[in-house]
Amino acid sequence: MLIALYIMLGLALVLGAVLGYAALKFKVEGDPLIARIDAILPQTQCGQCGYPGCKPYATAIANGEADINQCPPGGDEGVHALADLLGVEYKPLNEEHGETKPKMVAFIEEDICIGCTLCIQACPVDAIVGAAKHMHTIVASECTGCELCIAPCPVDCITMNPIVETPENWKWKYPTIPIKPAIHL
Amino acid sequence: MNAPINIAGLLKKTKAVFRFNGGVHPPENKAQSTQRPIGQLALPEKLVLPLRQHIGNIPKIKVAIGDHVLKGQLIAEAEGTVSAAIHAPTSGTITAIADAVIPHPSGLSDRCITITPDGKDSWIERQPQDWRKDELAPLVKSLRLSGIVGLGGATFPTQIKLRSANTAIHTLVINAAECEPYITCDDMLMRERSEEIVLGIKVAKRLLDAENVIIGIEDNKPEAIKAMRMATENTDIQVKVVPTLYPSGDARRLVYLVLGQEVPHNKRSTEVGIQVFNVATVSALYRYFEFGEPALSRVVSMTGNVNQPQNFEVLFGTPLRHLIKAAGGAKRDTSHFIMGGPMMGFNLPSDDVPITKAANCIIAASPTLFEPPPPAMPCIRCARCADACPVSLQPQELYWFAKSDNFEKAQAYNLFDCIECGACSYVCPSDIPLVQYYRYAKSEMIALDKAKEAADIARERNEFRLARIEREKQERAAKHAARAQGAKTADSSEKTTAPNDKQAAIAAAIERAKAQKAAENTEPKNTTHLSNTTKAEIAAIDARRASVGLTETKMTTNEEKQAKITAAIASAKAQKTDANQAANETPIKNDTLAVDTEKQAKIEAAIARAKAAKAEATKPQDKGVQTKPSADAEKQAKIEAAIARAKAAKASALETKEQQAKED
Repeated sequence: MLIALYIMLGLALVLGAVLGYAALKFKVEGDPLIARIDAILPQTQCGQCGYPGCKPYATAIANGEADINQCPPGGDEGVHALADLLGVEYKPLNEEHGETKPKMVAFIEEDICIGCTLCIQACPVDAIVGAAKHMHTIVASECTGCELCIAPCPVDCITMNPIVETPENWKWKYPTIPIKPAIHL
Repeated sequence: MNAPINIAGLLKKTKAVFRFNGGVHPPENKAQSTQRPIGQLALPEKLVLPLRQHIGNIPKIKVAIGDHVLKGQLIAEAEGTVSAAIHAPTSGTITAIADAVIPHPSGLSDRCITITPDGKDSWIERQPQDWRKDELAPLVKSLRLSGIVGLGGATFPTQIKLRSANTAIHTLVINAAECEPYITCDDMLMRERSEEIVLGIKVAKRLLDAENVIIGIEDNKPEAIKAMRMATENTDIQVKVVPTLYPSGDARRLVYLVLGQEVPHNKRSTEVGIQVFNVATVSALYRYFEFGEPALSRVVSMTGNVNQPQNFEVLFGTPLRHLIKAAGGAKRDTSHFIMGGPMMGFNLPSDDVPITKAANCIIAASPTLFEPPPPAMPCIRCARCADACPVSLQPQELYWFAKSDNFEKAQAYNLFDCIECGACSYVCPSDIPLVQYYRYAKSEMIALDKAKEAADIARERNEFRLARIEREKQERAAKHAARAQGAKTADSSEKTTAPNDKQAAIAAAIERAKAQKAAENTEPKNTTHLSNTTKAEIAAIDARRASVGLTETKMTTNEEKQAKITAAIASAKAQKTDANQAANETPIKNDTLAVDTEKQAKIEAAIARAKAAKAEATKPQDKGVQTKPSADAEKQAKIEAAIARAKAAKASALETKEQQAKED
């Protein structure tokens, strides 16, 4: 009787020690939830959600401060993905934060640019190169299309251009059956 | 080694071919284009060479509009690892480098180089290489300049396939299956140029250091088999006849057919020691090393709804229209043209596109030849597509996933192993365009992947920027703190250091002024790169300026100013009663030209001073009123100063005149 008790007690102690050690040794660092939300967000860094970037918005969602439908560049798919991840109900995109647009890329009219560097300071991903009193230009491959450079430009030389379809980025279309007009005999 | 494996190995060696799963046998339609030998085309009016003719990076253009190029001259150079060069297919002039419609399923335009032939067809100096004896590494390296790509249709740059791999290549498989209906370019090439192909195989074998070579030919090409058997007599090259079954021409299928070895889906055939080349590619290899001829042309089957279906040796860049004309023209009911075969090919946007390295076959299509597909019916889950799939996928499942944009699931079912052969669509009783769904899903998935990559880069750049801003802030704060500290310590010793500082500042200012003066006499820095005409123009402008008197007036005003300054000094000195103090003060000398004037002014000033002193002596004053001399003395001093000023002005005027005379 007593032996059994000792065995159980010994087992409990050993297992407790093992679990305690494992909890310390294999501790998960940081909050993976923020990183996982951030991975879904499109990283446009446009601030349309009301937060100064994708990471702050992800943090706000994780803390329950922000809704999941505030990211227009992420679109409906983004909201769905966030709803799936967080196990909450899907809700349509909040119109207050803008509407989903096809991805664009900024373009600087180089004849008009006066080299004020205001757009360089505004760009969240350092996709504009140039120096004071020198012409600026956009590194198109790095531009996220956030439109943050448009407002600060004092001479309105920045425009947003839709991404042109080339054989490089062309995609096969979803198969559709062409509808033929009915023939009346 | 244990017995069962040995038996399996023996079985493998004795068995001729190994059947793969699935496959279909559509009507061959090859006889039409094999009735005539490979034809030669007349030079077209223009050659349009798209830069995008191969898989990989776009090559870099090395010519400009108006340049005259010779046949075989490099006009675009391979850029990056996976890329291929482009050469001028004939001699002529570069007349355009612009966007034009290219043979691509998108029907979009892309950058092309247009050559207008001069009709001479004169070669650039060719550099043959001894591929039998030369060292391997330079031979393989030189292939980068050959522009040769896989001519079976995949257009993968050949130089990469011949680079020494990590695993040694033991078997070289030559793909001569040509399984798609209608296409006969490899068949005709083997019939007519079997010797060249065998030599090409020897080139590839040496470069790869392969032990075995197996040529795989479908049994529907008896003439080609005969020709290749004859050419390979007395060699260790093996010709293996494989049954006619689409898609036996797929590299992995052919490897299994002739070797019985399955290449794992996540590995390349080179990783298991097997390399596959198309017959036309090895032929091009031979021509490159033996004659120094880069990739300039290929054999193209022009078949289908044309009057005289035939194979032609076509220069790259030849407009399709030219080829159609050579084949007797398209019949009246031709609706469109297909590049490639009827199973895997795509509709060309127009008959104005050029022939590229990928164009093995052009089919003129008509509604009678290719019936428009009936409307797709719902999938009845008969799984016939699964039976036909040569890659042993589950096409019906993939169809559901692709249709519902369930890309994750599609990937889990190995959508990317699909070779898009179209066997599933061919057998589908519901006429569902299955391959179109797979292509759609694949390109969507690739686009999503790219977007994800771009997002990751954007995140990284944003994080870096935020870190940088934070760092700059800290640096600024540190600097401010250091400055504040420095100011505090400086405060205590200000009284002693301040005058020194001031003096140093004055000295620096004088130095600066001197440097500026010196710089004024030196040549402007931006004149070094000017052309002679601009220099002449500048000289003319200078001359005009001089004649107008612009420079002169500038000079006189300068002189006047100087004189005024000296006069002012003189007057100030005159006001001062303390002669010693006045003597100690040295007048500012910053112009050697005005020395004389200054001197004169000084003398005048000294006289004035002396007179003032006299006046003072006659009317003694309190010592405290030094700064306020009596009205008389003041008046007198002023008069003297005015005289001095006038004299100085006169002197300066004289001086300038002298100066002018000297200059003239």
